[in-house]
Amino acid sequence: MAEVFKAAKVTKNVWWVGAIDWNMRNFHGYATDRGTTYNAYLVIADKVTLVDTVKAAFKDEMLARIRSVIGDCTKIDYIISNHSEMDHTGCLMDTIAAVKPEKVFASLMGVKGLSAHFHTDYPFSAVENGGELELGGARFSFLETRMLHWPDSMVAYLPAHKLLFSQDGFGMHLSSSERFADELNEAVLEQEAARYYANILLPYSALVGNLLAKIADLGIEIDILAPDHGPIWRREIETILNLYSKWAVQKPARKAVIVYDTMWHSTEKMALAIGEGLAEGGISVRMLSLGTARRSDVITEMLDAGALLVGSPTLNNQMFPTVADILCYMKGLKPKNLVGAAFGSYGWSGEGARQVADILQSMGVDLVGEPLAVQYVPDGRALAECRALGLEIASRLDKICS
Amino acid sequence: MQKYVCDVCGYVYDPAEGDPDDGVEPGTAFEDIPNDWVCPVCGAAKQDFSPAT
Repeated sequence: MAEVFKAAKVTKNVWWVGAIDWNMRNFHGYATDRGTTYNAYLVIADKVTLVDTVKAAFKDEMLARIRSVIGDCTKIDYIISNHSEMDHTGCLMDTIAAVKPEKVFASLMGVKGLSAHFHTDYPFSAVENGGELELGGARFSFLETRMLHWPDSMVAYLPAHKLLFSQDGFGMHLSSSERFADELNEAVLEQEAARYYANILLPYSALVGNLLAKIADLGIEIDILAPDHGPIWRREIETILNLYSKWAVQKPARKAVIVYDTMWHSTEKMALAIGEGLAEGGISVRMLSLGTARRSDVITEMLDAGALLVGSPTLNNQMFPTVADILCYMKGLKPKNLVGAAFGSYGWSGEGARQVADILQSMGVDLVGEPLAVQYVPDGRALAECRALGLEIASRLDKICS
Repeated sequence: MQKYVCDVCGYVYDPAEGDPDDGVEPGTAFEDIPNDWVCPVCGAAKQDFSPAT
């Protein structure tokens, strides 16, 4: 039977042999509205190296694309595993069994991770951080990128092509038949790159900054940036590098995110009044009801925001469960440089807004005033207070941004 | 004073700098950090640190 899946040429002797997951919509809770790709690459020299593999269910697609270049997958001599997470290693052990490579390389932590993940005593080879390897005529160098975004993460560089296999860095969840960023809509690329950064890399922003500085210090020139998700960059690579530089510093902008849930629209009325105050104060507002907005939408909007306001009703003496969910997610992603406030309507006890404020404080949000709690349905006076809170935060943010 | 490295993520604890964001003052020796302190980068436990060589 003729092969359906073919490889795509990245540059001379380098082929994309990954898989396209058109229908992926939920990546452990991160809403991937445009699907994704799992990128694997074949480097052909005197010997053949496979860089990364794909999610388990896509093994046959990857192997077919590999066969379209080298005919027989057993011609692969080496495999490099830059990251142990299962979207890149799900079929690694099966691939090893099918290919019988001479060696499989990973970082020091990658070797530990793969061994633990797959409960195997397979002899993975650890590459040295900053080290080089000559793999059958192709020279690779390796740089550990610990916690970008797992302890095992590393990147591999092909000096001959100035090609960086950047693993999850600079990637995005975006399925397409086009393989290169320059073939795709710029606004979509920025949106999906931001979504990826906010949901995956944000807590390690300081390390992103360090890595960008290190790439510059080491004089690593990049003509091709080949991540493990989404399109490959071969032109205007500074576009994505500059976005990462911007996101890494989390500089606050005149933008506020209001996140809330509501039981009988009272907390919602407060949210809307706060939003009106913020807008009057010259701040761009994103109003996100947890009835419709997903975790990953909220954190993406927060990436360039300078203010965060969180509203919760009180249900059985607790903040509302959806609000607890989003705060748990946010706290782990460690957003920085935010001013904010907590608010909410309640019936009789009213702990919700205070509980929210406590968590915001533990996240390092600079809180403006006490939590704004209103009993039952907010009246005109309460709504005026909400509006005033919006104006006050607008004025604080304006000072921070000027 | 002796620096310590996180075995998981490579973060280096430098006593001269401490970890002020997590309540560890500059000048605090690694041994004097509370046992419930965790790596500020990856969250690994204090036991997961080794002396820097």
